[in-house]
Amino acid sequence: MAGTDQSKIRNFCIIAHIDHGKSTLADRIIEMTGLLTSREMQSQVLDNMELERERGITIKAQAVRIVYKAKNGEEYIFNLIDTPGHVDFNYEVSRSLAACDGAILVVDAAQGVEAQTLANVYLALDHDLDVMPVINKIDLPSAEPERVIEEIEDIIGLEASDAPRISAKTGLNIEEVLEQVVEKIPAPGGDANAPLQALIFDSIYDSYKGVIVFCRIKEGTVRKGTPILMMATGAKAEVVEVGYFGAGQFIPCEELSAGMVGYITASLKNVKDTRVGDTITNAQKPCKSPLPGYKKVNPMVYCGMYPADGAKYPDLRDALEKLQLNDASLQFEPETSIALGFGFRCGFLGLLHLEIIQERLEREYNLDLVTTAPGVIYKVYKTNGEVIELTNPSNLPDPSEIDYMEEPIVKAEIMVTSEFIGAIMDLCQERRGMYEGMEYIEETRAVLHYRLPLNEIIYDFFDALKSRSRGYASFDYEMSGYERSELVKLDILINKEEVDALSFIVHAGTAYERGRKMCEKLKEEIPRQLFEIPIQAAIGSKIIARETVKAMRKDVLAKCYGGDITRKKKLLEKQKEGKKRMRQVGNVEIPQKAFMSVLKLDDK
Amino acid sequence: MMKPLELYIHIPFCIKKCNYCDFLSAPAKREERAVYVESLCRRIRSYAELAGAYCVTTIFVGGGTPSILEAEQMQDILNTVEETFHIDASAEITIEANPGTVTKEKLSVYKNIGVNRLSIGLQSADNRELRTLGRIHTYEEFLVSYDMAREAGFGNINIDLMSAIPHQTRESYEKTLRAAAELNPEHISAYSLMIEEGTPFYEKYAGGKNARDLPDEDTERLMYEDTKRILKEYGYHRYEISNYARKGFECRHNLGYWERAEYLGIGMGAASLIDNRRFVGGEEPETLSKEEQMSEFMFLGLRKMEGVSRKRFQAEFGCRMEDVYGGVIANMKKKGLMAEKGDFVRLTERGIDISNYVMSEF
Repeated sequence: MAGTDQSKIRNFCIIAHIDHGKSTLADRIIEMTGLLTSREMQSQVLDNMELERERGITIKAQAVRIVYKAKNGEEYIFNLIDTPGHVDFNYEVSRSLAACDGAILVVDAAQGVEAQTLANVYLALDHDLDVMPVINKIDLPSAEPERVIEEIEDIIGLEASDAPRISAKTGLNIEEVLEQVVEKIPAPGGDANAPLQALIFDSIYDSYKGVIVFCRIKEGTVRKGTPILMMATGAKAEVVEVGYFGAGQFIPCEELSAGMVGYITASLKNVKDTRVGDTITNAQKPCKSPLPGYKKVNPMVYCGMYPADGAKYPDLRDALEKLQLNDASLQFEPETSIALGFGFRCGFLGLLHLEIIQERLEREYNLDLVTTAPGVIYKVYKTNGEVIELTNPSNLPDPSEIDYMEEPIVKAEIMVTSEFIGAIMDLCQERRGMYEGMEYIEETRAVLHYRLPLNEIIYDFFDALKSRSRGYASFDYEMSGYERSELVKLDILINKEEVDALSFIVHAGTAYERGRKMCEKLKEEIPRQLFEIPIQAAIGSKIIARETVKAMRKDVLAKCYGGDITRKKKLLEKQKEGKKRMRQVGNVEIPQKAFMSVLKLDDK
Repeated sequence: MMKPLELYIHIPFCIKKCNYCDFLSAPAKREERAVYVESLCRRIRSYAELAGAYCVTTIFVGGGTPSILEAEQMQDILNTVEETFHIDASAEITIEANPGTVTKEKLSVYKNIGVNRLSIGLQSADNRELRTLGRIHTYEEFLVSYDMAREAGFGNINIDLMSAIPHQTRESYEKTLRAAAELNPEHISAYSLMIEEGTPFYEKYAGGKNARDLPDEDTERLMYEDTKRILKEYGYHRYEISNYARKGFECRHNLGYWERAEYLGIGMGAASLIDNRRFVGGEEPETLSKEEQMSEFMFLGLRKMEGVSRKRFQAEFGCRMEDVYGGVIANMKKKGLMAEKGDFVRLTERGIDISNYVMSEF
């Protein structure tokens, strides 16, 4: 690779609203350039994880190097960087973008511009990327490419008249996309002889190679033996191997120089040392300053995770440690609950991140988990001047010690067709949204601007949004600091005993409603037992809602026919199985899924 | 010495399927019934080898409606049994009969071939309830059949009753109980209606549909208490969760199931327990581990009012009940669901109410 002409390199990513066909286009590009034969192609090559493919979401950034022979007869090296596709991973997205020089914007020919399209374009423009629109799914009967082109020009202000009209699914006009990449995406700059300055846009842990750092070389050159320094974390190491990304494999090479995208291994044992966004430099000949934009990402959403079988606590710790090797934004620390025993308070970037970790623990590590309701970080200002960052509702100080509390707020943009504006405004209202304005981007579509408390959207806001707009609304948000709020801790008492794992923080104005719904939900979830069980919601010592689980249903005294007791046995087995999935809290057996009840309060 | 054996013979035919029935039974043509009886007899003979080791202590011909068969067919079946098995002189031999299908002729044949117990399905003395259930007879028709049976000389008769029938009230159920008891049968079975999948009632009532029609849980339980109280007035004692009898007339065949006697089921879908292997028809037998045997001993035995005997447990399994189930029993006693009396451990009234909960502990 030595001496590769920078003018023949194109570093770019694909951005799109979810489901507009980003990963499918990536597949087609890889296939077209002959890196893999279609037989070798597994659908959506870049989404490695089983979960990613299943959910159609990119979780980890990925990269692939492709050689393209253009119509002008020259060979070009394309580095395609696939960015995560969810708001939880916004920071990762921004770092991936920073590793590129241009972006392909995929817009669905039927759906047109969506909230995420806009958000992603603005993000790309913020990073000075040249954005090249592509109209996808033109094979759909409902495709309206002309309208969508107009939208792109009107709403985003991008020239789109010559945007390739493609179908990533069928492979139509993919070559035109590749030609435009050559023409429209700028070649990288940078001086191969300057001090090393490389941007980390992802890193993974490999049990043989240790941490593999994905980076974009901005300045200088790195090769085997280069002593390197991570400027933010301060970690030092000597490079063991450099290389680039084949499809699904790492291909070692001599060196990586300015303008290139590739990987570095340096016998680093922990991804915590190689934070996304950090700058790698030469430890002996460092660059003057790190690349801009690094920040340490902090979890936004917390929940308790407990092994269903208490004896599996060490297994859960091992599994979390292993996942953390690959995911620096996952945090956890031990905690104990009276109801659930030993477990961990875990921090995540968002609810999707939480769900992914939970699913991976269950699937890849075979753990049966009890998860408590997720919550955000509240700031508690105590009367003695102390400020607590509260991640576990159980740790809320006594109200007499609290001066006031603050909760995290997001700025949300919701794009919606005009017929649903009312319904969506109602929803935002219910979720304590503060209306900040609305603009029509075309006759029938508008963008609503709201400030919303994060704790109102982490549960099911997205689902509610979709259901109230028949799937037409799209949504994007960014963090927007903390605001003072009237918050209370809602406790749940089961059979007069407080169950710590069920407590949650809620706005005083909705506490009554939430308490009532929570009791109703728990009544459904908790099976009848030997005695009547009161379920109560309380704020402090004040009971605000109550439901009762009646005593156990009396068994039918049925005929046991002809000595065929198999059926009876099955019935008893089932009953036994049911008992196993219970948590004993005081005298009451509570099913594991009841601890997630708070998530489903809006289920109809 | 020959081991005792119970025989169950299944007749899967009826005039018309009842709305609640999920037993293996259906209307069939005369020829189909004839073919079945023939193959049933062949089947009985095929057990000749096994029969050598056993002495049959009870025979129960159940269904369906066994009394739908011609008298000669029943005669063929029982004769074949007698030719094949050694039958104890004091064996209890029961046939299930439904009103509307018995005749004087049939009854006298039954009597002649050694049948000494009849089980007649009444279910309710209220004709509207009988119609709801989809029964083919009225209460008056039942009375005719019952009298006929007495006249034929049957001195051991069971009447089947049912509670929790749609639209049934405690008052109407009490009338049924009294009507039955006043006839002075030796045995009364009183079950709760169960809504089973695949029945017309399931279509109508499954998942809480039309729940208004059905007596609620509390009423159902009161009906159970009524059964015990009223039948006691007439001198019947409850010896099993759903069975009442005059002293000495407890159904030995039925008790055998709860005491894990060895039994052989012959005919469609009939279940057997031989040599600690359970099987239905020609299916692969399920061999019971010692653990399963002990568990069955407990939860089946608890259907009997006297409960389970510690001594018998020890004799059968060579270990103390206390060592295996001491913890569970103590816990259940603490919750008021089980009680002890001498050698026996049994369910309390509260334990009977939620017997599945208790039984699933074993």
